[in-house]
Amino acid sequence: MEGYRRLKHNWTIPRAWDIEVYRKRCKFGYETARKVVTAMEPAAVTEIVKQAGLRGRGGAGFPTGVKWGFVPKDAEKPTYLINNADEGEPGTFKDRYIMELDPHQMIEGMIIAAFALQAPQAYIYIRGELGLAARRVQAAIDQAYEAGFLGKGIFGTDYSLDMIVHRGAGAYVCGEETGLISSVEGKRGNPRLKPPFPAVVGAFGAPTIVNNTETLTSIPFILEHGVEAYREHGTEKSPGTKLFTVSGHVEKPGVYELPLGFPLKELLYDVCGGIRGGRKLKAVIPGGSSAPVLTAEEAERTHLDYESLMEVGSMLGSGGVIVMDDTTDMVWALKNLTHFYAHESCGQCTPCREGTRWMDDIVRRFHENRAAEGDIERLLDICDSMSGTTICALSDAAVFPVKSFLTKFREEFEQRIQRGTGG
Amino acid sequence: METSDKHEKIAFNEENERRFQKLLPHYPTREAALIPALHLALEQYGYVSREVMAYVAERLDVPLSKVLGVASFYTMLNMDPVGRYHIQVCRTLSCALRGAEDVVAHLEKRLGIKVGETTPDGKFTLSEVECLASCGSGPVLQVNNEEYEENLTLEKIDAILDRLQ
Repeated sequence: MEGYRRLKHNWTIPRAWDIEVYRKRCKFGYETARKVVTAMEPAAVTEIVKQAGLRGRGGAGFPTGVKWGFVPKDAEKPTYLINNADEGEPGTFKDRYIMELDPHQMIEGMIIAAFALQAPQAYIYIRGELGLAARRVQAAIDQAYEAGFLGKGIFGTDYSLDMIVHRGAGAYVCGEETGLISSVEGKRGNPRLKPPFPAVVGAFGAPTIVNNTETLTSIPFILEHGVEAYREHGTEKSPGTKLFTVSGHVEKPGVYELPLGFPLKELLYDVCGGIRGGRKLKAVIPGGSSAPVLTAEEAERTHLDYESLMEVGSMLGSGGVIVMDDTTDMVWALKNLTHFYAHESCGQCTPCREGTRWMDDIVRRFHENRAAEGDIERLLDICDSMSGTTICALSDAAVFPVKSFLTKFREEFEQRIQRGTGG
Repeated sequence: METSDKHEKIAFNEENERRFQKLLPHYPTREAALIPALHLALEQYGYVSREVMAYVAERLDVPLSKVLGVASFYTMLNMDPVGRYHIQVCRTLSCALRGAEDVVAHLEKRLGIKVGETTPDGKFTLSEVECLASCGSGPVLQVNNEEYEENLTLEKIDAILDRLQ
């Protein structure tokens, strides 16, 4: 597993969250940020990130450098950089570890990004439940201020950058970038229509770039070692390495840094030690709960990159790999997820507000053997009403598990109907 | 933690006033400091009561209705009192695959309450919450806003409850 250490390399260094340790013993020690801020042009930084092909690691996989380039050159208001540390996608726990174990590399990445955007203000939106992460990150920020890496005229230049932790308060929908922006403004976390895109009109009406924690933490490597080195691992369209979080029925769940394109079969059986207790694989959700589920056969022949997973009908998403063995009742598992989306819908859009609740009710009927004839068709019909009809993608995210479970494990649902009617 | 006694005037204590003043300059509007301010009040009073909402509304110069709208949206900003120890168990899929339902059942048995309830002595409230971002070390619970208790076993749960007695 050596050679893939651009994100996890500081995690084994004790107290890497202390700036003294980070500067002496860790990459990149704030030296990369220093070189960028004192000697580079902002536009050149964006160009390098564009060419490196880094894609957003929160779930959407949008090219980061391209996103940065959307900020209008003639913007009247100053730009905001927001680190989306709202990690709420079920099955995902990578950003939490970045913040707890290596907050300084994340901050260093943010300094470089903010400099490229010439943003004077940065927020780190950390989900409220992560109390330890918020404390560690704020302490790290305070240390960076003391060292002159944040604040007025950083690294002795005339570029100033203010950065604080802004805590969320328990809302999955605030991981959606416009929901997050609403929340930062002090409002209910309701997402907004795009366009306008945040890069043009975002927080407080100003250009805003929202990037995932892991995306920002990937930046120092790219600036330190260059485009070719970054592209040494990964695939043409999915370059670089990514943190995959594996959970569920494996022997060794955890966070693993791997090159994009890595075979999912190898991740399950070699890296994670196989299915727990030597049982058989039944299903895998590869990219957080909003990604369509894969059968064992599909999972064993696919690769962990954006294109391969789309080809097999799913998505890389957040890289949250949820593994289910043959003891798993798929109706029970789906009920678990429909409850989640029904709870987390912000309620703005009728198809999502009503649809998530209705789907949860129906799937619960299946689990309790009370499902009626036509309930499968009813669910699929609701899915159609919820797809592409709402302000944000939470509605589509809620649909993917329902549709994919019904498609690939239909017999388990049909059995529940027969039982209910005494058949 | 103080009580939100209706007869007692609600106000940030000295430490929270200092923290409140420190965070204001980082935002272009006072309204943007609303959730941070509510977090401070939540820490101090344990829940976001109507009196707390009215106080925060006044400090930030926003309508009470706006504060009510925000408090009612976010799961952590509970508007009802909770016990001294709010035990929150993750119920989402990865933890459920590793036995979260057994964790909840065991806690219900030991505490003598059901999910959503508080023990009569006001010590424990038991809740189910959604994914806490600790899926690889599930099942997981969180007491108040402390560090997560991970890789739970029935023995570990008993030890946690004993420690909190």
